[in-house]
Amino acid sequence: MSELTIEIDVLRYRPEMDNEPFTQTFEVPYTAEMSILEALQYIKDHLDSTVSFRWSCRMAICGSCGLMVNSVPKLGCKAFLRDYYPQKISLEPLANFPIERDLVVVMDDFIKKLEEIKPYIIPEKEKCLSEGTYQQTPEQMAKFKQFSMCINCGLCYAACPQYALDNKFTGPAALALLARYNRDSRDNGEAERMKIVNQEEGVWGCTFVGYCSVVCPKDVDPAAAIQLLKVESSKDYLIGMFKPD
Amino acid sequence: MQIIKTDVAIVGAGGSGLRAAIEIAENHPDLDIALISKVYPMRSHTVAAEGGAAGVAQDHDSLDNHFNDTVSGGDWLCEQDVVQYFVENAAKQLTQLEHWGCPWSRKEDGSINVRAFGGMKIERTWFAADKSGFHILHTLFQTSLQHPKITRFDEHFCLDLIVENDKIQGILILDIAEGEAKLIQAKSVIMATGGAGRVYSYNTNGGIVTGDGMSLAYRHGVPLRDMEFIQYHPTGLPGSGILMTEGCRGEGGILLNKDGYRYLQDYGLGPEVPVGQTKNKYMELGPRDKLSQCFWQEQQKGNVIKGPRGDVVHLDLRHLGEEKINERLPFIRELAKAYVGVDPVHEPIPVRPTVHYTMGGIETDAKTATKLAGLYAIGECASVGLHGANRLGSNSLTELAVFGQLAGQQAADYARNSKHEKITPLRKQAETIMARTEALLHSEGTEKMADIRQEMGDCMEEGVGIYRTKESMQQTINKLAELKKRYKNIQITDKSSVFNTEFLYAIELGYLLDTAQAMAHSAILREESRGSHQRIDGFEKRDDNNFLKHSLAFYQGDKAPKIDYSSVTITKSQPAERAYGAAGEKAHAQEKV
Repeated sequence: MSELTIEIDVLRYRPEMDNEPFTQTFEVPYTAEMSILEALQYIKDHLDSTVSFRWSCRMAICGSCGLMVNSVPKLGCKAFLRDYYPQKISLEPLANFPIERDLVVVMDDFIKKLEEIKPYIIPEKEKCLSEGTYQQTPEQMAKFKQFSMCINCGLCYAACPQYALDNKFTGPAALALLARYNRDSRDNGEAERMKIVNQEEGVWGCTFVGYCSVVCPKDVDPAAAIQLLKVESSKDYLIGMFKPD
Repeated sequence: MQIIKTDVAIVGAGGSGLRAAIEIAENHPDLDIALISKVYPMRSHTVAAEGGAAGVAQDHDSLDNHFNDTVSGGDWLCEQDVVQYFVENAAKQLTQLEHWGCPWSRKEDGSINVRAFGGMKIERTWFAADKSGFHILHTLFQTSLQHPKITRFDEHFCLDLIVENDKIQGILILDIAEGEAKLIQAKSVIMATGGAGRVYSYNTNGGIVTGDGMSLAYRHGVPLRDMEFIQYHPTGLPGSGILMTEGCRGEGGILLNKDGYRYLQDYGLGPEVPVGQTKNKYMELGPRDKLSQCFWQEQQKGNVIKGPRGDVVHLDLRHLGEEKINERLPFIRELAKAYVGVDPVHEPIPVRPTVHYTMGGIETDAKTATKLAGLYAIGECASVGLHGANRLGSNSLTELAVFGQLAGQQAADYARNSKHEKITPLRKQAETIMARTEALLHSEGTEKMADIRQEMGDCMEEGVGIYRTKESMQQTINKLAELKKRYKNIQITDKSSVFNTEFLYAIELGYLLDTAQAMAHSAILREESRGSHQRIDGFEKRDDNNFLKHSLAFYQGDKAPKIDYSSVTITKSQPAERAYGAAGEKAHAQEKV
């Protein structure tokens, strides 16, 4: 029985020993159900133990294993060899992020952007636990639910041409998360967050290419969140014209 | 070596670690908190919990009901004072998560909705569709961001605890990206590192679930309690072990063998409940240990389905209809399509039992304190005594909130009443640990890591699985001893310092092996069957005379662990026959007479 195999190019870069990134090619046994992540695990266990990549849950919910598969941002655990076979596959670290090592990118700027948009409920007044839960109808929840599904994988930043040009742009995932809290009936922090939205680095940096929503593995649709925020930002601007501080 | 002084250090930033951190930041704003995680917090394995979190929410339910379900579900090995505290605080802590933004699924009127879960008499499982853990984790992480006193050390790996004068005084961590060690000097430390499911080959767990905190505490003389109790979740995907939530059955999903027969009725869980209806504690809503055992029995009878990835049964959701599946179980649909090519709207999902949860862990008292002064433990890495011999689904997410809050309070009080001690002996210890760590990195071993990991996982499945015999457990014990020897000669090719994952996997494998040993040795000495520990070598019955007690595993270096026992706190529920289905109802009626 001849074993089917597939060739995989992996971009390598070890800052302590490599002056610049280079490509290493591996031959991996092919099965239809094998994910890109499993292929990388095979490489690490059996071919070259020095290849570094992030992973954990294997089920597309922890957001660790984002990478470029043939130049398209994907989760390694949710992309399968069968969709490429018999062609060679090329794996590179997520675009638009600095490379830490091999397929691991530096996430600091992305995490900082999540931190900066005040992603927590800012209540109108403190609600005591003895008062029980807020009432929130399914319709009210539907206004933000989709934007709460982001797993922080970073694929949308790798897809965003604006972030590629200028990483001061707040970016798709952080803006979607901002919209998630602004649209939650329990929250009263919209005014504070709109300051971030209205900045040059806020929603107006977005040129509505929409590729972020195409690559999103969780159908969060950050592009839609940004367009909704643009409407709110325009309203803010108009109201500001008539009601100067 | 960088030295960082803090008041409370928390190792692990999943559900319980984050909850503890927020508790301290909110109520003790003068205290500094160091929150250490080997991954970014939102990668923690809490993220993968699907079904929901239990807390009494309906008028016709009661705290007593939740208490009784938990204690009998745990086959009377629960600490009953702990269970009482838990059920009393459950709904309150789930409400707290709601105030922080957790998008719990709602009824039409906007109040919290609850679903049925295995072993629970009344529906009391709060859920956020089938991504409950994901939403809890992200809610907690995002909520934590408003607290400037929480200093995060993301992607920092815990190398060891610093214990001096019989109390914990800090931890030594490795910055994964920089390859640099940092000594965190702390007045108290909370372990919140999660379980150890990765000691088995087939499990629902993420790659990071490697028993780190358990092993670290264990190596410093803190006992691991009830480690023989490992939960097999009855419905994982074959091959990968990816979890198909119990919520599937809570919503009305059924289990079928190769003849399309609902086999659970043959094992004391019937009579059969009509398809499309659910009856709590009957059939598919039995507890996890029993359901996993039923699979094994069906396998012995040749009633399972032979699939390309091994033996399976079918989890059939088709009768729920597309709309309900999309509303309540969208993630399950996504996972089944991606990983086994099955759309549950049109086809049954192939499933099999797979390791899911470690009921045991670092022994703590009812207030999360360990035997080591200043060290607390919470969540799956801990054994606070809530789950006994079998955890009921949806009790563990609530546990994160209830005991995370409590540990935050306790560790803060402890820190407030103690001082930082002299740094010199701590630094000296840290240097010794670093020398040992460097020696491992630069060792020239020849044993292949992937082989040791695979052989460990396979021998645990073989010997300490759903059903156990002395012979099979002894073989596992022998194998683990051999693997520990081989581990000393482990091959590490990568000697670099920047994001060296091969090296981290090697350290994790060391943690796993110690945890596995504690499990196997605790198991072989428990000569009875209770909850998830089932023997088929003459010890088929529960033996309350000899084994209504917790096991305690003490680390002995290269030698086998020493196993001791401690008593179980019983307050108001005397051990009785544990029964489900009609038999359960009959037993319950007799008790009342």
